[in-house]
Amino acid sequence: MSARPILISGARLVDPESGYDGPGALLTKDGRIAETRRGEAPIEVAGDVLTIDAGGAMLCPGLIDLRVKTGEPGAEPKETLKSAALAAAAGGVTSIVVQPDTDPVIDDPAVVDFILRRARDIGLVHVYPAGAATKGLTGEAMAEIGLMREAGCVYVTNADKPIVNSRVMRRLLAYAGGLGVLVAHRPADPWLTAGAAATEGEFAGRMGLPPEPVAAETIMLERDLILAGLTGARLMVDQISAADPIESLARAKARGLAVIATASINHLTFNELDIGDYRTFCKLTPPLRSESDRLALVEALSSGVLDIVVSAHVPAPAEEKRLPYDEAVPGSVGLQTLLPALLTLYHEKRAPLLTLLRSVTLAPAQAIGLAAGRLAIGAPADLVVCDIDAPVLVDAARLISKSKNSAFDGRRLQGEVRMTLVEGRVVYDRGALT
Amino acid sequence: MTPPAPGVDEVRSRTFPFPAKHFLSVTDLNPPQVADLLDLAEGFVALNRQKNKKLDLLKGRTLINLFFEASTRTQSSFELAGKRLGADVVNMSPRASSIVKGETLVDTAVTLNAMQPDILVIRHGSSGAASLLSQKVSCSVVNAGDGQHEHPSQALLDVLSMRRAFGRIGDLKVAICGDVLHSRVARSNVALLTMLGAEVRLVGPPTLMPADVARWGVAAHNDMKTGIAGVDVVMMLRLQLERMQGALVPSMREYFRLWGLDREKLARAGPGVRVMHPGPMNRGVEIDSDVADDLDVSLIQDQVEMGVAVRMAILASLAARLDNQ
Repeated sequence: MSARPILISGARLVDPESGYDGPGALLTKDGRIAETRRGEAPIEVAGDVLTIDAGGAMLCPGLIDLRVKTGEPGAEPKETLKSAALAAAAGGVTSIVVQPDTDPVIDDPAVVDFILRRARDIGLVHVYPAGAATKGLTGEAMAEIGLMREAGCVYVTNADKPIVNSRVMRRLLAYAGGLGVLVAHRPADPWLTAGAAATEGEFAGRMGLPPEPVAAETIMLERDLILAGLTGARLMVDQISAADPIESLARAKARGLAVIATASINHLTFNELDIGDYRTFCKLTPPLRSESDRLALVEALSSGVLDIVVSAHVPAPAEEKRLPYDEAVPGSVGLQTLLPALLTLYHEKRAPLLTLLRSVTLAPAQAIGLAAGRLAIGAPADLVVCDIDAPVLVDAARLISKSKNSAFDGRRLQGEVRMTLVEGRVVYDRGALT
Repeated sequence: MTPPAPGVDEVRSRTFPFPAKHFLSVTDLNPPQVADLLDLAEGFVALNRQKNKKLDLLKGRTLINLFFEASTRTQSSFELAGKRLGADVVNMSPRASSIVKGETLVDTAVTLNAMQPDILVIRHGSSGAASLLSQKVSCSVVNAGDGQHEHPSQALLDVLSMRRAFGRIGDLKVAICGDVLHSRVARSNVALLTMLGAEVRLVGPPTLMPADVARWGVAAHNDMKTGIAGVDVVMMLRLQLERMQGALVPSMREYFRLWGLDREKLARAGPGVRVMHPGPMNRGVEIDSDVADDLDVSLIQDQVEMGVAVRMAILASLAARLDNQ
């Protein structure tokens, strides 16, 4: 059953594909964008159309979040696909890519199919599985990458477990690259990061926290870049976090390597000092870095070295966070705060609005080959209406996720989601629009 | 009725309410507050040397020692301090409690808190554990060592030992030597000694020094002979034996040769140098028995005695604050 056509008028259209940022209107029909109008001139409609006056709020493509961890299957008390989808809808995120480190691991086409069927039954936002790069995520033998792709996985990754064995990594890149499957990998030398809870430096030293050097990331990133060059494969560097690896990445891009990189909104927003008095909500993987690293990440977004921003949504219940810092599990939920936190960077004049939005719409869409992420006629009507000036005080207890571990708890952000549409259907409505 | 021991009234008059509800870090104190605490502790030193050591400053109060790491001197020192001040003292050891049944630290603390203790003294292997508990319980929390972060009562007793030996702290040169990286004693002492104006040097193998230690406001040396040249105090740190089998230093004998304190190295220190060690000592590894047992240079036994007095001062001050609430 296709939804009624929806006309959104009086909006500030922001489209990272065309670069348009100005007044306009948009009409959806049969789940797709049927018409866009730039300027003040109205779109004439007839028949049964739901009309919405955006009242000057921003209308942009719905967000595509390439790194979301849920607890389904296997750890449903932390987060189900449904609770994650609800949180995504409330955050203006219309597509999520779920990570394969579930129980069982998504290393089999049947589990890919299970996720897709569950998502279809829930029917809120698009859910795409990322397949495990190696069987059981052990980093030893390749998973059935081709079969998982046929079943619907959008890229392969070893999630939080780096692939240590360089021969496995090389073969993975060669094989997946040959099949045209994107490989995501988070670079971290496991010996340098073993037991670590913070970034090496003065702060971790004073706090007595077991440290890891940024070099742990740079070393393995350089290996990955060299192997990507050797195999010609497309590599997505998962969650780059510091200035040194940014430099490695910039050099690789300058050489013409087919590499793209993501960073989490957490690392664009916080630095190591936000750990403060051992706040475990700020314990993340990779750990929060220095302020100069954070600024280098933001700068890399503008310069094009960094392509994609992810929420790095990791639900962890109180019993995994209300622990001494080195015992707490890393990670923060982030689906609902991704867009407001990005817009806060815009308000702080750290980066242009179109650049920031591109990193969560068009860039991830292009990375995994989605038609969404743009305000183009014929594209899926995955949209978000957002009052970019509205102040938001994040109260973790009121987040929709089943786990409330938000690094943004208590943080003041600017930008509030008013309405989210997926394929022309309203999946979230804050009720402020007429 | 036995008459009160001499000095009781004086001790009472010196007891001021602790500046905070909890004692988690030496940075909770400022220099005048440190001086007040040390003065109070001096009173307890005198009292502790008498036959009747019992006071009633903590009468009716309950003190729980919650030690997740093995400890001889700190735990017995807090226990004696509490008992001499008249508190009821309970020692909890995690092996016999529900910790082994999977209960979390916070749940254990909240359970104990429901029994209405007044002061919870905690030692735990994780940095920040004491701070975490202080946010979850209603009683006062005293940090008796949290991971590699702080051991504030140790730093206070070290400073008291130095003040008694030298009559001052302000211009002393103190070398803290050994496994600085893993040492909460070093961190608390660096913070407290630099706060009080002493010159602090850290000495140890490159692999046992924290990153960016130069930004702690202290000098760092890898060569022990230059590191302790001309110092007034050499504070040795304990080196855990498992860290000396190739992982962080190549061998025990190489460590002793380069960083163990013997007569030869000590001769580089200033005249009248005193040697300290938080204990327990690895004799022949980080310190030669010949030095450790030389009462003319060693303050190690004084440190133990000062430990009880300083902890009495901490507990008495915390109780004075509780009395005022």
